[in-house]
Amino acid sequence: MAAKTLTIDGKQISAEEGATVLQAATEAGIKIPTLCHLEGVYDIGACRLCIVEITGIPKLLPACTTKVSEGMDVKTDSERLRKYRRMILELLFAERNHVCAVCVSNGHCELQTLAYSQGMEHVRYDYTFPKWNMDITHRLFGMDHNRCVLCNRCVRVCWHIEGAGTKNVSGRGAKSKIITDLNMPWGDSDSCTECGKCVMSCPTGALFNKGSTVGEMERDRNKLEFIVTAREKKQWIAADL
Amino acid sequence: MILNDLISIKEKELAGRKKIILRCCMAAGCMSSDSKGVKEQLDKAVANAGLQNEVEVRGVGCMKLCCEGPLVAVDPQDSLYIKVTAENAPLIIGALQGGKTNIPQADPKSAFFAKQFSIVLANSGIIDPERIESYIAMDGYQALHEVLHEMPPKEVVEAMVKSGLRGRGGAGFPTGLKWGTVAKSPGAKKYVVCNADEGDPGAFMDRSVLESDPHSVLEGMAIAAYAVGADQGFIYVRAEYPLAISRLQIAIKQAKQNGLLGAGIFESPFNFNIDLRIGAGAFVCGEETALMSSVEGKRGTPRPRPPFPAESGLFGCPTLLNNVETFANVPAIYRKGAEWFAGIGTEKSKGTKVFALAGKIKNTGLIEVPMGTPLRTIVEEMGGGAPDGGTIKAVQTGGPSGGCIPSQHLDTPVDYESLGKLGSIMGSGGMIVMDQTTNMVEIARFFMEFCMDESCGKCIPCRAGTVQMHHILDKIVNRKATARDLAKLEELCDMVRNTSLCGLGQTAPNPTMSTLRFFRNEYEALLQPDPFGPHANGAAKQPEPATK
Repeated sequence: MAAKTLTIDGKQISAEEGATVLQAATEAGIKIPTLCHLEGVYDIGACRLCIVEITGIPKLLPACTTKVSEGMDVKTDSERLRKYRRMILELLFAERNHVCAVCVSNGHCELQTLAYSQGMEHVRYDYTFPKWNMDITHRLFGMDHNRCVLCNRCVRVCWHIEGAGTKNVSGRGAKSKIITDLNMPWGDSDSCTECGKCVMSCPTGALFNKGSTVGEMERDRNKLEFIVTAREKKQWIAADL
Repeated sequence: MILNDLISIKEKELAGRKKIILRCCMAAGCMSSDSKGVKEQLDKAVANAGLQNEVEVRGVGCMKLCCEGPLVAVDPQDSLYIKVTAENAPLIIGALQGGKTNIPQADPKSAFFAKQFSIVLANSGIIDPERIESYIAMDGYQALHEVLHEMPPKEVVEAMVKSGLRGRGGAGFPTGLKWGTVAKSPGAKKYVVCNADEGDPGAFMDRSVLESDPHSVLEGMAIAAYAVGADQGFIYVRAEYPLAISRLQIAIKQAKQNGLLGAGIFESPFNFNIDLRIGAGAFVCGEETALMSSVEGKRGTPRPRPPFPAESGLFGCPTLLNNVETFANVPAIYRKGAEWFAGIGTEKSKGTKVFALAGKIKNTGLIEVPMGTPLRTIVEEMGGGAPDGGTIKAVQTGGPSGGCIPSQHLDTPVDYESLGKLGSIMGSGGMIVMDQTTNMVEIARFFMEFCMDESCGKCIPCRAGTVQMHHILDKIVNRKATARDLAKLEELCDMVRNTSLCGLGQTAPNPTMSTLRFFRNEYEALLQPDPFGPHANGAAKQPEPATK
């Protein structure tokens, strides 16, 4: 495979042909904030946090789905991008009921970490306080829709790593909801294999192991990557270990 | 089927034509006011008068002046009866025999009709959309024959480039360039898809074309498929258009029976089939990547581009995706020549555009005008201006992705570039006229609510941003917002437009931004003093620092 050379934030780097801007940046030690991206499953470019500026292209493009090309000049950090990223995070916090103090993922939450790292000090938008319920019908796991950011990671791991196809999305817009099978209680699902990959993939406290209390939910994301690397490359190590 | 068969169908159809033809509109608009009953009564009255050999009552497609329906036109007398009811329909037959009738008539020489220039709607209201012979009698399918037998695919694409046709779905991408890209994309399997998921509030052009002249779309798709090397086509039509769906089904069946679709069309090696896919009511499925996802049987959500459909589209194959009106232009371009088409319209926007005229205007209906026609000609001369002595305040084009053009810009020529400069877009052709009673902030709120409801929920800026923008607009309308809210709204408009995944989110702020640009005073009049801000009493600017 041919290599491409490009510039990211003024740093000249090389990347494999077919690699995404995000992969190239990560390899060169440049950190781009992400939320819907998860190592091991394909990218959908949905959260828009990894948007970057590319010279010559008027639109902002997500780093996770944009492929590198020769001579590309990428900026991952600018005043404008920082502002947009903060606004996206503010919108997320105003959208559902994210209360860190009582959350199982407090201290281990990707949304919380992003808010810190992007300098989101407060939410300027009116909170919508929607009414969402919880599904704790499953023997091992629970789902709290109040904390869901609709990143779709659980759906993707369920379909493309486990192959069970239990998780899906129903509705549209702000009423979108992660469902189990045909919108039935998780505990009644016939297709769920109880593998727990969805819980491992969740960036917030929306999916959790039953019995965990505030701040106790820590996730081992390397497991997902380990499985995919083992399957695809026949290497029994996680890629970044 | 060979050319002689086609010509003999045409000649037989023309020879069998009766002396007098009563054209009765059987498109959705008139049918909603019982034009079916009118046609039945006309048929009965003709039979009662014993005129079966002289008078044909023909169900036709849209006759454009939708607000005055049901419409009945009489050929060759050139009279157009309006608001016909099933009861007074027999009077029309009486009038043919010299009787008197007081059924109101429209003037076919009025500006509404006289200023129209028909390419897409040339057959609309004239042919019977449920009979292929009626289309063939108007030289239908001759362009397809000529293309298959006289032109290699490369020349077909070149002719399309020469014609200057641009996509009629809204964005105005050059059609020839798109065809050329798909033709050049490597792949054994390619698809042609027709986007008939017309969903803008107030737009009904594509529905009318499908209901009035479905074969022109099929012929256009077949020519496109030959040009790009595809053998399978799909028409993605929304379930809310049952009549268009049934007419398409009839048209596809008749085209197959006559060997105009299927294997070895016109005894050439070219095979092409068309299947229908029915949308389930999501506006976002009009976005091309969401549409293809829906055709594949998946959840209809957009995906980032590139890759563009021309490279990797339906089922990962190169796919040509055009809108109904774009395909309906195609047969005429090959029948009359690319130069002829390029001679119509302006330098950068060729041909005509169909608009659905609606809102506060006297003549509601369909119009087709050459590109570059001033907006004033359309709304004041053809549309007849605002009803009840009102004055026109603004014209909304492009639906929830477009903007409001204020009355001082009515002399703007209608073409892609001019509308873009005013912060609006050509869009698919919805044109909603507003008079002095319209509150522009409420208009902005209406379109924002539409985008909020129709957002697929995949990307955060569109899903959550439209909710917040709608919330702020709602606060402004209800006199609960301050200058700070307005500043937040403008900031959100900028952010959602620049960061959203697909066209729906990227253009959702447009109605708000364009009304803010031209009617900012209406927003500011509703603002309340900010009880907490350092810059109370509605001053949008930050105060100057006290010391320098």
